[in-house]
Amino acid sequence: MTTWPILSVTTFLPLVGALIVYLSRGDDEAARRNSRWIALWTTLITFAVSVILVMRFDPNSADFQFVEKASWLATGITYHMGVDGISLPLVILTTAVMPFCIIASWKAITNRVREYMMAFLILETLMIGTFSALDLVLFYLFFEGGLIPMFLIIGVWGGPRRVYASFKFFLYTLLGSVLMLLAIMALYWNGGTTDIPALMHTAVPRSLQTWAWLAFFASFAVKMPMWPVHTWLPDAHVEAPTAGSVVLAAILLKMGGYGFLRFSLPMFPLASHDFAPLVFTMSAIAIIYTSLVALMQEDMKKLIAYSSVAHMGFVTMGIFAGTMQGVAGGVFQMISHGIVSGALFLCVGVVYDRLHTREIAAYGGLVNRMPLYALTFMVFTMANVGLPGTSGFIGEFMTLLGTFKVSIPTAFFATFGVILSAAYALWLYRKIVFGALVKPSLMSMKDMTLRECVILFPMIALTILFGVYPKPVLDMSAASVQQLVNNYNTAVTAVKAAALLH
Amino acid sequence: MSITTAGYQLAPVLPELVLAIGAMALLMLGAYRGQGTTGAVTTLAVLLLILVGVLEYALPAGKQVTFGGSFIVDDFARFMKILALIGSAVTLILSTEFLADPSRRIFEYAILVLLSTLGMMVLISAGDLISLYLGLELMSLALYVVAASNRDNAKSTEAGLKYFVLGALSSGMLLYGSSLVYGFTGTVSFTGIAAATTISNVGLVFGLVFLLAGLCFKVSAVPFHMWTPDVYEGAPTPVTAFFASAPKVAALAVFTRVTLTAFPGIVSQWQQILVFVSIASMALGSFAAIGQTNIKRLMAYSSIGHMGFALVGLASGTIEGAQGVLMYIVIYVAMTLGSFSIILAMKRNGQAVEQISDFAGLSRTNPLLAFMFAMLLFSLAGIPPLAGFFAKWYVFVAAIKANLFTLAVIGVLTSVVGAYYYLSIVKTMYFDEPAGQVDPVRFEVKAVMAVFGLFNLLFALFAGPVVTVASAAAKSLF
Repeated sequence: MTTWPILSVTTFLPLVGALIVYLSRGDDEAARRNSRWIALWTTLITFAVSVILVMRFDPNSADFQFVEKASWLATGITYHMGVDGISLPLVILTTAVMPFCIIASWKAITNRVREYMMAFLILETLMIGTFSALDLVLFYLFFEGGLIPMFLIIGVWGGPRRVYASFKFFLYTLLGSVLMLLAIMALYWNGGTTDIPALMHTAVPRSLQTWAWLAFFASFAVKMPMWPVHTWLPDAHVEAPTAGSVVLAAILLKMGGYGFLRFSLPMFPLASHDFAPLVFTMSAIAIIYTSLVALMQEDMKKLIAYSSVAHMGFVTMGIFAGTMQGVAGGVFQMISHGIVSGALFLCVGVVYDRLHTREIAAYGGLVNRMPLYALTFMVFTMANVGLPGTSGFIGEFMTLLGTFKVSIPTAFFATFGVILSAAYALWLYRKIVFGALVKPSLMSMKDMTLRECVILFPMIALTILFGVYPKPVLDMSAASVQQLVNNYNTAVTAVKAAALLH
Repeated sequence: MSITTAGYQLAPVLPELVLAIGAMALLMLGAYRGQGTTGAVTTLAVLLLILVGVLEYALPAGKQVTFGGSFIVDDFARFMKILALIGSAVTLILSTEFLADPSRRIFEYAILVLLSTLGMMVLISAGDLISLYLGLELMSLALYVVAASNRDNAKSTEAGLKYFVLGALSSGMLLYGSSLVYGFTGTVSFTGIAAATTISNVGLVFGLVFLLAGLCFKVSAVPFHMWTPDVYEGAPTPVTAFFASAPKVAALAVFTRVTLTAFPGIVSQWQQILVFVSIASMALGSFAAIGQTNIKRLMAYSSIGHMGFALVGLASGTIEGAQGVLMYIVIYVAMTLGSFSIILAMKRNGQAVEQISDFAGLSRTNPLLAFMFAMLLFSLAGIPPLAGFFAKWYVFVAAIKANLFTLAVIGVLTSVVGAYYYLSIVKTMYFDEPAGQVDPVRFEVKAVMAVFGLFNLLFALFAGPVVTVASAAAKSLF
């Protein structure tokens, strides 16, 4: 069908864009404008190419599609790319969010614009590659490579505590990942290959499953992030520039959930089943604890960061429930959270660009000066709360439904998270948007500009569209999720049956 | 084992002969024409090294043994020799500026590097303990003098003396170990020792320990690393670049050959020594580097750590392990030469600067230099997709196969600690305010930086062929 390597083109197009930005020398205003436009066009073209992926994607097949394979390193390690119903939505999420990030940085970044755009474009390549790699070594290459541009984005263009935040981000993530690297090596010797589809059909001995599961968990739990290893996230979010926060919340956090779906469940089903109670406990604690912490925050970005941890708790809970609703809900929640949390950080960016503070107490009564902004912010606040009619509701509802079938206590406690999220999100909204407009610094605030509307209105449309009509995402992933759940259940039941016989 | 010749042919040693005669000829040239020929001698020395490399490459494939088994040329030897030759040639190129100074026009410098390289080649091809010692001493004696080549500088002289005293001690240990091994096996040839050591006995193990201690000295592995930071800091920077590259290749090569071909019968005995040495080196290399403020001293600790990582591969004692060592040393040499070319490029008002704080804000004053160095540092930390990641991959994958899980886990954890100080330099270059302009970079330094910087950056693209060659070289040892 396809004669050109469409997936590799999608992956490496941003890298080509970064090279073009590099070649456009100079540091005057014209050069800055050029690099912005080149970056924007690159991300838009990448998005357009990824739309071709969606059009050619066959949602009825659970197999990997657009597969490309080429020899790379010696025995068993190849350049193998491909997407299925679980990774394609995340690829699209990445390509769709990036243009918004570039536009959001249009005015906010005036310092070293060329390097900034290059870092973002390289990061995009690495993120798309992470979701479409079908070889463990290749996956690790993209997964870890993303640390370098993100480290620089936080450290060079970040806030006052950027050095601390960037080091914490880098070292935390690296520490989790090196253990996964060892597990990848163990799997390599066990299966003789690092090919992901092949490894999915390779039996892994029970003891290796346990250790490998723990090693992968160490990496993905940090990336996700799950309680109690989430502490790098608030720091990174607060210090990162707006677009950095958006990428972090919308895409980088999804790598953890994607890892669980791609590796933990299919390759180590028995260990996943054994450790599910642990994950449930951690998820439930994450949902309640971080929601409570969010209630106490004075910094807008920090509040949203903690709420991200809580929402990711729903994802892990749904994934490890191992039921159709749970896993599909987890995938949907990731996409929904990608849009909503990204948009919330952009909303913070809108007022931050005007007032240069993220302190909640510095705001109040914005509705009087910025009605459009009040409306936009409300939609995303409601989506964050999980109000029916927004995409946030579908994800939370499905993960709770899926978990209920497996563990009623987990679902019970997780439901409190819904209430608590309403508490902190509405509290934040009230403090910022409502109340009397008394602070003199706010008197001259202007409403959203056309540029800001262009970023946020499509996201409103998507949030509401997926809230009332989630079918496109659910259909795209259905076949792959079905296969994943079936394989998982078959493996677990087989062991249980064997245990009964003894 | 397919030995084609066991007599006393000269064909397999042709590259060494050319190098030896060439070095003598250049010595004569310098001696009769005086210090004015320094530039010419250095250039000719580089050309000679390239010629020797080509000859080495052109040697017929397969294993050849000459001088009654004391000299072995196989894929492994060829691989390591070409690497050592590249290291020597590049450091000579980097030395051009150092030698151009009127007060330091010493043509002997290039001759000493050539002789030292000759020692390395003998060392790499050593088939018995005698040629091992010969090669090692020829290499080391030349190195001691080169370390002190900046005669008017107290630090350089101190470095040379320190290196000499400690090096002599290590040679003594190595000789003592060799004599014990000879005493208990009745032979000095590696194959003979291998045949005689099917069961371990205390005296032999005792000898082995001393032998390994001497070798650890040369690769600067803990606990025999003490000389490294002082010598690296004290020696002129091009010399430090030399110490960090070519001699490490040779020492690691002979380390690998001795353990794998002379003592394959008692793997369990030397494996525990190597596990300890590599854990200690990795840990010291990562923790001690954190407090350093001088970039050359930091590179010294970094190289101690890297030797620890390379020994992880050797500790597994398998063919994969040998392949890991080969991959590690190739990438290590490339990263080291790249990094030192950047350290050499750092000059303000004609003065070399060596403090890490001098790198502050380099990303603004010289973005390309900063970018290349940042990528090399990330690579040294083992972050993919840079070359350093592949080096770590191949040594740890061997350790996992050999079930050395503790070693592997400690190894990767120390690499996270190590990442901290590499990141600190990146932080200094990218996050801090500029500390002033740097001088324009000389052409030859720029060229070296470009070659190794791109090698490091794009390694993932051509990793396949390198792996194939390394794998073939590793097979030739077994």
